[in-house]
Amino acid sequence: MSKMKVWAAVAAAGILAVTAVAKQPAEPALAKIEPTSRLITQAQYVNTLQSIFGAGLTYPSKFAPIARVDGLVAVGAGNATITEGAFRQFEAAARSVADQVVEPRNRTFLLPCKPSVDTQPDDACAGKFLNHVGSLLFRRPIKQRELSTYVLQAHSSAERLKSFYSGLSIVLAGMLQEPEFLYLTQPSVVVNGQPQLSPYAKASRLSVLLWDSYPDEELLAAAGNGKLNTKKGLEQQVDRMLANTDRVGEGVRSFFEDMLVFENFETLVKDGTIYPAFTPKVTEDAREQVLRTIVAHVVNEDADYRDLFTTRKTFLTNDLGAIYGVAVNRPDRWVPYEFPADSPRAGILSEIGFLAVYSHPGRSSPTRRGKAIREVLLCQKVPNPPPNVDFSALENPDPSLKTARERLSAHSSNPVCAGCHKITDPIGLALENFDGSGMYRTTESGTPINTTGGLDKASFTDFRGLATALRDNPRTVTCLTERLSSYALGRSLKPDDNNWVAYAQDKFAASGYRVKGLLRAIAMSDEFYAVPKSQPTKGESETAAK
Amino acid sequence: MTSQTSRRRILRGMMGGAAVTVGLPFLECFLNSNGTALANGSPLPTRFGTWFWGLGMNKQIWVPKKVGKDYDLPQQVASFKDVKQHINMFSNYNVLLDGRPNLCHYTGWIATRAGEAPAGPGQLPNQTIDVTIEDVIGTATRFRSISLSATGNPRTSYSYRSADAINPPDASVTEFYQKIFGSEFQDPNSPDFKPDPRVMARKSVLSGVIDHTNDLKKTLGKADQARLDNYLSSIRSFENSLAIQLQKPPPAEACKVPTANEKDLPSGLDSELVRTRHNMMVDLLVMAMACNQTRIFNMGFSEGSANTTHKGVARPHHPTTHEEPKDPELGYQPTAAKFVTESMEAWAYLVAAMANFKEGDGSLLDNSLVLANSDCELAQVHSLSNMPMMTAGRAGGRLKSGYHIDGAGGPVTAVSLTVLQAMGLQATEFGKGGLKTTQPVAELLV
Repeated sequence: MSKMKVWAAVAAAGILAVTAVAKQPAEPALAKIEPTSRLITQAQYVNTLQSIFGAGLTYPSKFAPIARVDGLVAVGAGNATITEGAFRQFEAAARSVADQVVEPRNRTFLLPCKPSVDTQPDDACAGKFLNHVGSLLFRRPIKQRELSTYVLQAHSSAERLKSFYSGLSIVLAGMLQEPEFLYLTQPSVVVNGQPQLSPYAKASRLSVLLWDSYPDEELLAAAGNGKLNTKKGLEQQVDRMLANTDRVGEGVRSFFEDMLVFENFETLVKDGTIYPAFTPKVTEDAREQVLRTIVAHVVNEDADYRDLFTTRKTFLTNDLGAIYGVAVNRPDRWVPYEFPADSPRAGILSEIGFLAVYSHPGRSSPTRRGKAIREVLLCQKVPNPPPNVDFSALENPDPSLKTARERLSAHSSNPVCAGCHKITDPIGLALENFDGSGMYRTTESGTPINTTGGLDKASFTDFRGLATALRDNPRTVTCLTERLSSYALGRSLKPDDNNWVAYAQDKFAASGYRVKGLLRAIAMSDEFYAVPKSQPTKGESETAAK
Repeated sequence: MTSQTSRRRILRGMMGGAAVTVGLPFLECFLNSNGTALANGSPLPTRFGTWFWGLGMNKQIWVPKKVGKDYDLPQQVASFKDVKQHINMFSNYNVLLDGRPNLCHYTGWIATRAGEAPAGPGQLPNQTIDVTIEDVIGTATRFRSISLSATGNPRTSYSYRSADAINPPDASVTEFYQKIFGSEFQDPNSPDFKPDPRVMARKSVLSGVIDHTNDLKKTLGKADQARLDNYLSSIRSFENSLAIQLQKPPPAEACKVPTANEKDLPSGLDSELVRTRHNMMVDLLVMAMACNQTRIFNMGFSEGSANTTHKGVARPHHPTTHEEPKDPELGYQPTAAKFVTESMEAWAYLVAAMANFKEGDGSLLDNSLVLANSDCELAQVHSLSNMPMMTAGRAGGRLKSGYHIDGAGGPVTAVSLTVLQAMGLQATEFGKGGLKTTQPVAELLV
């Protein structure tokens, strides 16, 4: 079928979909903002290539960081440009992956064919491989003209290097440097005078939301045959993708890594003289522990998001066990673990990955912990201290001040400080039973620790009380809805988005606060795929390569 | 000269650089045939670097009493003893905010490097001056510039082409070594040279990518088109770098390929570890410049709100500046001050490493200019008056060194403008609003 016919079929399907939707209660509109291309993230790069070439290759681990904007790297990706330094990292990654694909031990199963002679070009075999891989990298069928160019390049490179495989590797690396691979573009098409996201762009948005990866062949096929533009066809794909626990797990990981500011782990180190058990391996495992807890809870068990703050279930390694005071006799292996009912620990806030990240290298910090709960988990902004505050005036060198609570009480007596400290410290002080490394303690400098505190209207006497208060705080689910919506759209939320976000939150509530329920609601939403009228359209009339 | 930099790129770069008025940049026509000197015979200001340290200084023990040449060395800069003649110290320069906020650990360094105070939190700097200079002198080497992060944090960059285009730093010693001296390095002193056919093939494929980028651009909105323009600039720079790889490198007498370190340093922010990482990076950087791999560098020694630690000290540097009591006799915070003193030792290491590296009749430093600055004066209160700044090197004879300059309360951008002019850019002004200046430090310019 020609590309033109494909578009016509897609368009017709689109009209049917619109008619069907009209009978349902109207979904509020999102702000009409022209979508921008999103720079591929590290995770998307790895997830996508892994889905094409398998887990046996070594994938890059370092790309230029993308700036965090309005709480999310996913938003920054919508503005990010590629500097020469960033390009060099992409280029090196591309060559590394491409060279591995054609290595003798991999080529037999990663390439669909063999050249007639290894040392010479083979256009038919190169074309077969590049057409297949190219359509997955660019998330659309490869045009005949494009394919001819790539095959020609493979031909001349193979001649120059006297090797079919080296030539192919150079061209594959080139594809991985194409802006259409590195940027998730958002092309639209005009149907009945109305611009709408092209079906392939729709597939890409959906796949990046659910799997944090570019679409697989089946999803691209649904885009190509028009099914994705019908409510039923979309639903089939969404349900199929949500049922793939491993890949949704990757998607959910990426979202929470972003929401929970996981770049903090990159610089997490503790003073070894104060916390000797806190080794670099603990940092690595603490990060993974939080993700494992989250994925098991919200994906595998499909449990209520709010219970993430009170669940006693987690995973441990030998190294983590040293800090949790739990003997884990399985070296180099993750084991599921459930804290006992009377344990002082429950939920992700009692994990090292929160407690140690929001502490100093040599001591805990109720202020940092309280601020993180406000900003990261409740999406509230805590003002920075005024530039000219002299904190040292508050630092009483009097050694009679034994605990963090006593030291911080000095702040509350100063009105300039008290304004902010009263919104952070009563939360963080409830976590003082955990030191700067996350280890449990009942005293500080020999003095018993008082863990009473408060969060908005709730007051509590210990960490478990805080965990329950956070679980029940209405901002907790609102914050997740806002962040996931912004993450899905790849842009900051605007006031005009409020009604839609409220609608998404209703769907979230109706699902019993299942993250998969919220993902499904967004993925099935019409507005998620809507584009404003000003969106330029892509002229499509070329024949796709066979 | 092998540069393929388009004139358009240079001019656009300039426009981004906060009102830098540039006459004509260094283009091929100004250089002699081998690119080592200006056509009029004066030596080319070959290298430019920046050096950043966090959390300012303690004026009681940092600012020399004597102004002018042969200044004294207070305790915090005592480590400059052997390299003082190469260093200019600047005091009594201010960041004038024009009602904009003082974003702690942020506004101060951006004002100096980009000429403008950010309007609000999260606003990233426009073009920093290293990029402005890079566009003029950085195009003839394999790497246009090198950014390094001595803390090991790959997110800390002090080099911006624009607010959304950050130059990422190398944060690992071994990765930095591989990048420069790894398998793609061509020893300029090797008698054999054969262009690598793989590089030829890569270059040819890259031309295809450029064509496709131009095609794609036509289908995108305005904002995305601008981003793809940036991408095209990056690819063309890289293409230029490959073109350089395909030519026999000019001999570089002083270039001696260092041996690789098998194992990287552990991650961490311990003060000693950070200085070790810094010094190892400096050693490699000096050789990278001697081997003509780059002419521009940015070294981040510590971050604006530096979290450098000391074994046995509960708080890192930044919290120490806020919470340590002032010693009533000394008049400053002794532990916080020690962190700064150690930063100055690291700076002195860099200066010595470049000064001791023989090149031609002089040293690598003689043909370089390095600008060092921080995010504030006294970190305890984030003050933006009396901002500490330094330069090292003589920019190929265009700048005097060994002076302590009292800025008499003028804007920090006076030093930035001096740097631009010493590097040969015909900039007549720098900065915006209260930070706009047309007055460089005239007594230093030759």
